[in-house]
Amino acid sequence: MSTLLTCENVTKRFGGLLAVDNASLTVEAGSITGLIGPNGAGKTTLFTMISGFAEPTSGRVMFEGRDITALPAHIRAAQGIARTFQIVQPFAGLSVHENIAVGAYLRHAGRTEAMDKAEAVAREVGLDAMLAQPAGALTVAGRKRLELARALATEPRLLLLDEVLAGLNPSEIRDMIPVLQAIRSRGVTILIVEHVMQAVMQLCDTVYVLAQGRMIASGAPGEVAHDQGVVEAYLGHGAARKMQAHHEAKS
Amino acid sequence: MLKLDIFLSALANGLLTGAVYALIALGLTLIYGVLHIINFAHGATLTLAMFAVFVMHSAFKIDPYIAIFMLTPLFFGVGYLLQRLVINPASHGDDSNILLVTLGLSIIFENGLLAIFRSDTRSIDVPYGFDVIEVGNLFLSTPKVIAFVAAFAVAAALWLLLARTDTGKAIRAVAKEKTGAALCGMDVEHIYAVTFGLGTACLAIAACLLMPTFLVNPRIGNAFVLVAFTIVVLGGMGSIGGALAGGLIIGVVESLSGLYFGESLGQIGIFLIFLIVLLFRPTGLFGAKA
Amino acid sequence: MRTGLPVSLVIVVALLAALPLAFTANTMLNFLTFVMIVTLAAQGWNLLAGFGGQFSFGHAAFFGMGAYAMAILQVRYGINAWLALPLAMALGAVVGFFLGFLSFRAQLRGSYFALVTLAFAEVFRILANASSFTNGAAGILVPLKTSAADFQFADRRWFYWVALAFVALVLALTYHISRTRFGAHLVAVRENEEAARALGVDAFRTKLKAITLSGAITATAGCLYTQKFLYIDANLAFGPWISVEALLAPIIGGMGTVLGPLAGAMMLLGLGEVTKSLFAMLLGGSIPGVDLVVFGVLLILCVAFAPQGVMGAIKRFSSRGAP
Repeated sequence: MSTLLTCENVTKRFGGLLAVDNASLTVEAGSITGLIGPNGAGKTTLFTMISGFAEPTSGRVMFEGRDITALPAHIRAAQGIARTFQIVQPFAGLSVHENIAVGAYLRHAGRTEAMDKAEAVAREVGLDAMLAQPAGALTVAGRKRLELARALATEPRLLLLDEVLAGLNPSEIRDMIPVLQAIRSRGVTILIVEHVMQAVMQLCDTVYVLAQGRMIASGAPGEVAHDQGVVEAYLGHGAARKMQAHHEAKS
Repeated sequence: MLKLDIFLSALANGLLTGAVYALIALGLTLIYGVLHIINFAHGATLTLAMFAVFVMHSAFKIDPYIAIFMLTPLFFGVGYLLQRLVINPASHGDDSNILLVTLGLSIIFENGLLAIFRSDTRSIDVPYGFDVIEVGNLFLSTPKVIAFVAAFAVAAALWLLLARTDTGKAIRAVAKEKTGAALCGMDVEHIYAVTFGLGTACLAIAACLLMPTFLVNPRIGNAFVLVAFTIVVLGGMGSIGGALAGGLIIGVVESLSGLYFGESLGQIGIFLIFLIVLLFRPTGLFGAKA
Repeated sequence: MRTGLPVSLVIVVALLAALPLAFTANTMLNFLTFVMIVTLAAQGWNLLAGFGGQFSFGHAAFFGMGAYAMAILQVRYGINAWLALPLAMALGAVVGFFLGFLSFRAQLRGSYFALVTLAFAEVFRILANASSFTNGAAGILVPLKTSAADFQFADRRWFYWVALAFVALVLALTYHISRTRFGAHLVAVRENEEAARALGVDAFRTKLKAITLSGAITATAGCLYTQKFLYIDANLAFGPWISVEALLAPIIGGMGTVLGPLAGAMMLLGLGEVTKSLFAMLLGGSIPGVDLVVFGVLLILCVAFAPQGVMGAIKRFSSRGAP
C-alpha cells in the first residue's frame, strides 16, 4: 500500500495552550484509519490542520507526497480531501438535494450533472427519500448522513470524518457502518475521529491514539485497546494496573 | 505664537467634545459588550434625546442640566422596552436581523422627528451658552468643560455600577457566559434589557450635555452613529476604557482636521480612521478581541 | 437540458411593458420609471445580500458612482450618454471589486461589513459634496437634449421601457445565476461559509464576484437616475435614502429570490405614495418623512413575521395549495 496522507511533527499552539504537540501519523491509501483519544486530546484540532482550516504552528502535512501545509481549505478539497464537521453544519435554508449539489459542483460545472451526481450520492448514503426536504428539517441521524453525503459528493480520495456516529442510537450506528465500509471498498481512504469504540474496532485497520496533544500509541485496533498507556489516558493514572489486578483476581 | 495658540485651542476643544463622544460610544460599547449586538439605532436615539431636551427647554423652560434627571430614567425605560418588546422578539436571535431591526428603528426615529419638527436645524438659548473659562491663554467654553467633567463622572459611575453592584455582577456574568448565567437562574432577557436601557440612558445624558453648545436636526444621528462606531472600533469592541480613549482621540482628530482641512472635510478624517482600523486592524488600537 | 426562462418571469415583464398603454398620466409614468430605477438598485443589493448573505448598508456608494460617472462623463468630457453608460457600469464594478477586496480580505462579516459599506458611501458623499471635480454642493446639471441618441426621450414611455429592459435583463441574469455553480456557491457561502469552504468553495472569490456584479448593477440604476432627472448632487447620489431603499425592497419582496426586488420596490414605493397622499389629505399639506416611517415599521415587521418576504409567502401559500 502507498501512503496517502502524512502528518510530520505537527504542533498547534493557541497562546499558552499546546493543543497538538509534535503529532505524526500516516494514512495508507485504501485504509480506514482511526484517530481516537479522550475529550480535549486535540483530535479535532489535528483535523482542522489536515483539512486546511488552521495552519500548524510547526510541522508539515503531506498529501500524495505534496506539502499541503499552507494550502487553504478549498484548494485541499479540490485536491481530494473532504471533511465533515463534528457539529453538523447543514445549509439550513437549502433542500437536501441542493446541499449535496454544492459538493458535487466541485467536479461537475453544469447544474444537471451536479444535481444528478448529488442524487447518486444521496442514494449511496440512504438519503434519497429526503432529497426535496429542507436540510433544517432533518433528524440528527439525517444530518449526519447529509454531512457525509456532501463530503462524498466532492469525490474525495481522502475522507475526514469527525464523529459522524456521535449522537446516533445503536441501531442507527449499525446502519451507518456498512455505508462507511462500502465507501472504502470503492477506493476512498477514510480517516475517522470517533468515540464509538465498537465502530472503531469494527471499521479501522489502524488506530492512532492522541492524548493531551501527543500521539501516545498506534497500531491495529486490538493491540491499541490493550495498550497500558492508552487505558491510562482514558481512565486515569493507575487504571491499567487495577484492571490487570481485577482480571487476575477473577481468573 | 499665535499658531500654537490656535492649535492648542483646537486640541482642547477636541478633547472636550471627545469626552461627550466617548459617553455616546460608552452606551454603544456597553450594549455590544453584553448583548454582542450592534445597535444601529444609537445615533437616531441620540437625536431623539436631543429633541427631547429641545422640547423640554422651549416648551417648559427646563434647563438641560435639570433635564438630565428626568430624561435619564425616561430613556433607560425607553431602551429597556425597545430591547424587550421590539428588538429581541423581532430578531429571533439572528445577528443580521438585529442589525436590520435597529436600522428600522433608526429610520422610524429619524423620519418621525422629520415629520414632526421638519428639517430645520434647532438650538436652545441658555444664559451660560457662551460663558468661557480662561486657562492660561486658552478660553474654554464653560458648557463644554461641564460636559467633559460630567462625561467622565458618568463613565466612573458606570464602571462602579458594573464592578460593585449586584446588577453589575449579573450584567458581567451574562456578558461572559449567558447560558451559564441562565442556568444559575438569572433572567437573561431582563439583564439584556437593563443593559440596553443603561446604554440608552447614556445617550440622554450626552444629549443634555451637548444641547447647550450643539445644534440639532433630525438627520444629525447619522453622523453620530459612525463617529460612535469609529470610537468603539478604535477602542476595541466592548471596552469601557477603550471607548473613553477612543472618544478623546476622535474628538481631537475631528477638531484638528477641521482646522487644517476645513469644516466640510473634517469628518472624513473620522471615516478614514474607521475604515483603516476595521480593514487593517480589526481588534482596535488597544488590542481587545474583536 | 437547459430550460429557458420560466413563464412567470416573461409574463411579469410583458405585463409591466404593457402598463404605459393603460396608464398614460405623466405622474404615473414617472412613478413607474422610478420604481424600475429602485428595482435595479435593489437587484444589485439582492445579488450580494439576498443570495450571498453579505448585508450592505451602503449601496449608495455604487449608485452614486454610476450617477456621477454618467453626469461627469457627459458634462465634463462630452462623451455620448450611451457610451458613458457602460463606462459608468464598469466603474461601479471596479468600486465593488475594490470595496469587496478590502473588506473580504479583512474577513469582515455581518455588522462589520454593513458598517464598512456605509462608511464608504459616507466618504464618497462628503468628497462629492466638497470636491470641485463633482461641482461640490451645487451638484451637476445634465443639459437637456431630447433625443434618443443622447439617452433622453421626448416620450416618457420610452425611458420607462428602457429602464424596464435593464430590469428584465437583470431578472434573466439573476435567474441564470441561481441555476449555476456560482449561484450555488454564493448561497452556500450565505448559509455557512465554513462548510462551503470544506466543499471546495473559494468563499473570497465567490463574494468578490458577487460584489463586483452587484456594484455594476446598482451603478446602472444610478446612471438611469441621472438620465431621468438630469440633475444630481451628493445627497441624491450617495445619500442614505438609496442604500435603505435598495435593501428594503428585497427584504419586503423576498431576499434571495429572482422577483423579490421588483415585487418589493413596487409595494414599497406604492405604499410610500399612498401614505404621503393620505397624510397630505388628512393634515392638509405634505409631511416629509411619513413614508419612510412606514418603511421602517415595514422593515421590522418583515424581519419579525415574514423573513422570506412576499415572494416567500406566495411560495408557501402555493406549495400548500398544490397537492
